Amino acid sequence: MEYVNPLTGFRLDGRRPNEMRQIRGEIGVVAKADGSALFEMGNTKVIAAVYGPREVQNKGQQINNRALVRCEYSMANFSTGDRRRRPKGDRRSTEISLVIRQTMEACILTHLLPHSQIDIFVQVLQADGGTRSACINAATLALADAGIPMRDIVTSCSAGYLCSTPLLDLNYIEDSAGGPDVTVGMLAKMDKVTLLQMDAKLPMDIFENVMQLAIEGCKAVAHYIREVLLEHTKQLECHRGA
Amino acid sequence: MLQSKSFVKKTKQGRVVKVVREHYLRDDIYCGALSCKVCDTSAARLTSSASTILIVDTNVVLHQIDLLENPAIDDVVVLSVVLEEVRNKNLSVYNRVKALCTNSLRKFFVFSNEHHRDTYVKEMVGESPNDRNDRAIRVAARWYQSHLGGSTQVLLITNDRENKRKAIEEGLSAETVESYVKSLGQPNLLDLVSLPTSEDVGMEEVEDLRPSKRKVIYNEHKPMSEITSGLLRGIYHQGKLRVNRYNPFEAYVGSESIGDEIVIHGRANMNRAFDGDIVAVELLPQDQWHEEKSSIIADDEDDEEEDVHLVPSSADDAPRNTNLVQPAAASTASTSSRPAGRVVGIIKRNWHSYCGSLEPMPMPAGNGGIAHALFVSKDRRFPKIRIQTRQLENLLDKRIVVAVDSWDCLSRYPSGHYVRTIGKIGDRDTESEVLLIENDINSRPFSAQVLACLPHLPWTLSSEVLANPNRQDLRHLRVFSVDPPGCKDIDDALHCTSLPNGNFEVGVHIADVTNFVLPGTPLDEEASQRGTSVYLVERRIDMLPKPLTEDICSLRSDVERLAFSVIWEMTSEAEIISTRYTKSVIKSCAALSYVEAQARMDDSRLMDSLTTDLRNLNSLAKVMRHRRIERGALTLASAEVKFQIDTETHDPLDIGMYQIREANQMIEEFMLAANVSVAEKILKHFPLCSLLRRHPTPTKEMLEPLLRTAAAIGLDLDISSSKALADSLDHAVGDDPYFNKLIRILATRCMTQAVYFCSGDLSPSEYHHYGLAAPLYTHFTSPIRRYADVIVHRLLAAALGIAKLPPIFMDGLQLTSIADNLNYRHRNAQMASRASVELHTLIYFRKRPTDTEARIVKIKSNGFIVFIPKFGIEGPVYLMPRGDKGGDWVVDEVHQKVMRTGTNISYGILQTVRIHMEVVEPQPNRPKLELTLT
Ligand SMILES: [Zn+2]
Repeated sequence: MEYVNPLTGFRLDGRRPNEMRQIRGEIGVVAKADGSALFEMGNTKVIAAVYGPREVQNKGQQINNRALVRCEYSMANFSTGDRRRRPKGDRRSTEISLVIRQTMEACILTHLLPHSQIDIFVQVLQADGGTRSACINAATLALADAGIPMRDIVTSCSAGYLCSTPLLDLNYIEDSAGGPDVTVGMLAKMDKVTLLQMDAKLPMDIFENVMQLAIEGCKAVAHYIREVLLEHTKQLECHRGA
Repeated sequence: MLQSKSFVKKTKQGRVVKVVREHYLRDDIYCGALSCKVCDTSAARLTSSASTILIVDTNVVLHQIDLLENPAIDDVVVLSVVLEEVRNKNLSVYNRVKALCTNSLRKFFVFSNEHHRDTYVKEMVGESPNDRNDRAIRVAARWYQSHLGGSTQVLLITNDRENKRKAIEEGLSAETVESYVKSLGQPNLLDLVSLPTSEDVGMEEVEDLRPSKRKVIYNEHKPMSEITSGLLRGIYHQGKLRVNRYNPFEAYVGSESIGDEIVIHGRANMNRAFDGDIVAVELLPQDQWHEEKSSIIADDEDDEEEDVHLVPSSADDAPRNTNLVQPAAASTASTSSRPAGRVVGIIKRNWHSYCGSLEPMPMPAGNGGIAHALFVSKDRRFPKIRIQTRQLENLLDKRIVVAVDSWDCLSRYPSGHYVRTIGKIGDRDTESEVLLIENDINSRPFSAQVLACLPHLPWTLSSEVLANPNRQDLRHLRVFSVDPPGCKDIDDALHCTSLPNGNFEVGVHIADVTNFVLPGTPLDEEASQRGTSVYLVERRIDMLPKPLTEDICSLRSDVERLAFSVIWEMTSEAEIISTRYTKSVIKSCAALSYVEAQARMDDSRLMDSLTTDLRNLNSLAKVMRHRRIERGALTLASAEVKFQIDTETHDPLDIGMYQIREANQMIEEFMLAANVSVAEKILKHFPLCSLLRRHPTPTKEMLEPLLRTAAAIGLDLDISSSKALADSLDHAVGDDPYFNKLIRILATRCMTQAVYFCSGDLSPSEYHHYGLAAPLYTHFTSPIRRYADVIVHRLLAAALGIAKLPPIFMDGLQLTSIADNLNYRHRNAQMASRASVELHTLIYFRKRPTDTEARIVKIKSNGFIVFIPKFGIEGPVYLMPRGDKGGDWVVDEVHQKVMRTGTNISYGILQTVRIHMEVVEPQPNRPKLELTLT
């Protein structure tokens, strides 16, 4: 399968290897939550809602010197074409929940919020590859919306390697090709990688190129998220000012 | 800009899902014209001075690729919509057009119209995908016209009448292929044009000279929808059609749905399918399953006969259906169990171009004009092909290449067009090229990119290499090589040192090719594609460029060379005590020929150390060989022919059997042992991605012809295991000394060949090598001429931890496809070698009619097949003229005899006869070797 056309250099959907899909973020989509956001990477669409900081529900879990961060990831039954009932808490979602929690925990200033609890709910509305990254990006926006103190904004993007070419932001077809898929999460301003996942073998030199591409992707997402936040703040200012 | 494409798709489980895919449209796709002022011209290919730019539609690319490849056609825009359609319809044409688009000497430009903001078109309601694509092509053509302005004419080339009409209505210039080629004023180009079928633009209807041809000859193919539903309901079966190489009127379709091969008898049942086509087959009623008399194949005017050919070296070279004489009693039981069928439709064509010549015909009346001729492919699996030519006189005595265009049910033969001329028939160079093309062998010189990967010459051993802790310096060892005389690509060398404890240290040193051929380089890819060197009688087509093959890698004497060594400590009883593997540096002290090595061992006066080493190795090899045969390894016999070639004219001077000496067997023994040791090592480290070689156990059905022959002469063979067979072959001693060898030759041709495979694809019990009676085997010892060995060297280096495993080994599918390619290339290389020997045999006997002794190996209803031991060939001897069936010769099936009624003249299987061999020319330019009784 030619995932990259050897004559034109385009991918199946018309992108060049180092191009990301169209991304879009929207803040404040769940009125009830303390913070919420919708994030799209191409046809992948996820929603994130944040509750907290609030009192720890199960006192046994309370931590004295920092906040307790919890995360629940799920996929809507209608998120893939075949409309399947998805059991909660299967291995895959438990794993992704954990990944998201750890990534978010690494950027929340939890020591400023002792004895409290922060709940992050992310749900995939439409899946087309790169759901992990989209979830992290949505969670970042939602946390910012909730006004939770963070070190930096954490963003994520994936990159793969097909047809001897590093490809940024794989969509579902590319992801199903079975090639390596590297997901990177990073604190953009601090230039620190906080998440790195890959389930395949890749020679070191190629891996470095692929990871570098994913890092560029993260930076681009960060740039965009910053704009969304700025725009959102301006609107808030408008409302308040008026 | 974003477009979203949505469509419904059926999943493998049969559910229907809606699939939505993103489709990005861009404004940074350029037109590719060098003269363009607006676009980025860095990747442009279309000439600035071109007054006309051609835009071709899908069918033009699919059917006129031979024309497009002609340098007279240039400045062509290939739209991505066209490219995509071509890829889906015909991968080989796709690869050819891809090659055109990347060839820097040609001006073909790919325009991504599907992703261009201004040329993307959405499917309209009620519009078929074909119409949508035609519209997309016209939209792109219009874009080019307005983009390039008035100075350049944009010409749409299409043979689709509707598309052409619409284009002209929309203000475009459009022409058919034929009218465009005519406008170029080069009449010979017209031969390359593939004729449109009736639905396309009407050309003056080609007048058929034979009135009988216009009646319906074949059944209509069923429409695709009917085939699909028929396959689903299980009334049709899908599979790839394989035509019997030795009987083009018989074909097989391997069908997964019934788990058996379906036999297709005759051209009518094959219903226009070619070898390699994917077809849909309907089973015939069971009472029609018995096969038609296959004695001498006849399909009215297509009466063909067997030629004299080399003795098959395995079942893969031998006729599929060896029971050419119908066993009268057993027939109902043995043949009717095999399902027979007929082709109802063709799912995917495998048409490509074919090598052959025109059937001799008188020059048509009138001068110059167009002649209709019948092309006969050299490969008998393909039917004759009708072509039109304007250069008949030139072509009659030539080997030419022809491509197929269409085959409707009104014509006996498919129609095609002339592609190119190779040379004069019978000319050695021409025929050699034909056999290379036929076997898909790349004999082109290596490209500059490939040659750029070679180390600087002259290559010398650097201190850097010596300092590598992973490379052992073995230059102090007395290493030597033994090969056929004149061998320049020396892969292997040996040493043998007596140890103080009475044991021996024996080393097999193999050229360290992977030190120079690095994974992923153009050199590596080329070698991987070629798969093997090809040995023809008069030349060798190398897998690796000459400097590597003959110099840098070749383990020549008196020079320092890099090697990959397997070193054993062995007892004098050849028991392996330890094995180690290392990269090394060696310096061979002698490159001996088999004859020299044998002479040294035999000359009792010689007591030098080298000769002693040889004798020690030889006695070890004898023990190893004995043990191997005890285990049940088969000693099979093949009849390898050797030519003595005139160095100047390259004509064969003498011909004879290749003599196997003890020295050959000695080298062979150590190579087998090294291969087994390496196979064990790599499999231990990489159980899922090792490249191994297996030889499947022959089925009873495959050994059937051998058993029948044996039974006819009262010989009892036990085939229950390879050990049992080996033993009964040993006991098969007849009255004459040649008898045993003859039986072994007959046994060999019943076996299939060994094949490469990826260890992850099979279970360990299937790894077995039947012929060698070895549970594990691979190829390690010839990396200069076999790519499999290159792969195995990389695996071994990774297993030793001295190199990284290249990424392809992590991809099981890719490794499997490499193994498949290697099997295909090996098979072809072998076929080419055999064809080359056959060609030289013909050239040799052209001037030398000969009488000689022959053995009957097969009885037929009108004669028999003889094997001529002296020249390693076999061929038919006819007792009565062809077509004259019945006659007064009667076949006795049980005793495998043919007798003349009323006399006591008879010929039986394995009987010795005297025959006369002579090259005759029944038709002009068609020489063939004929065998007659003296
Ligand atoms: Zn332009």
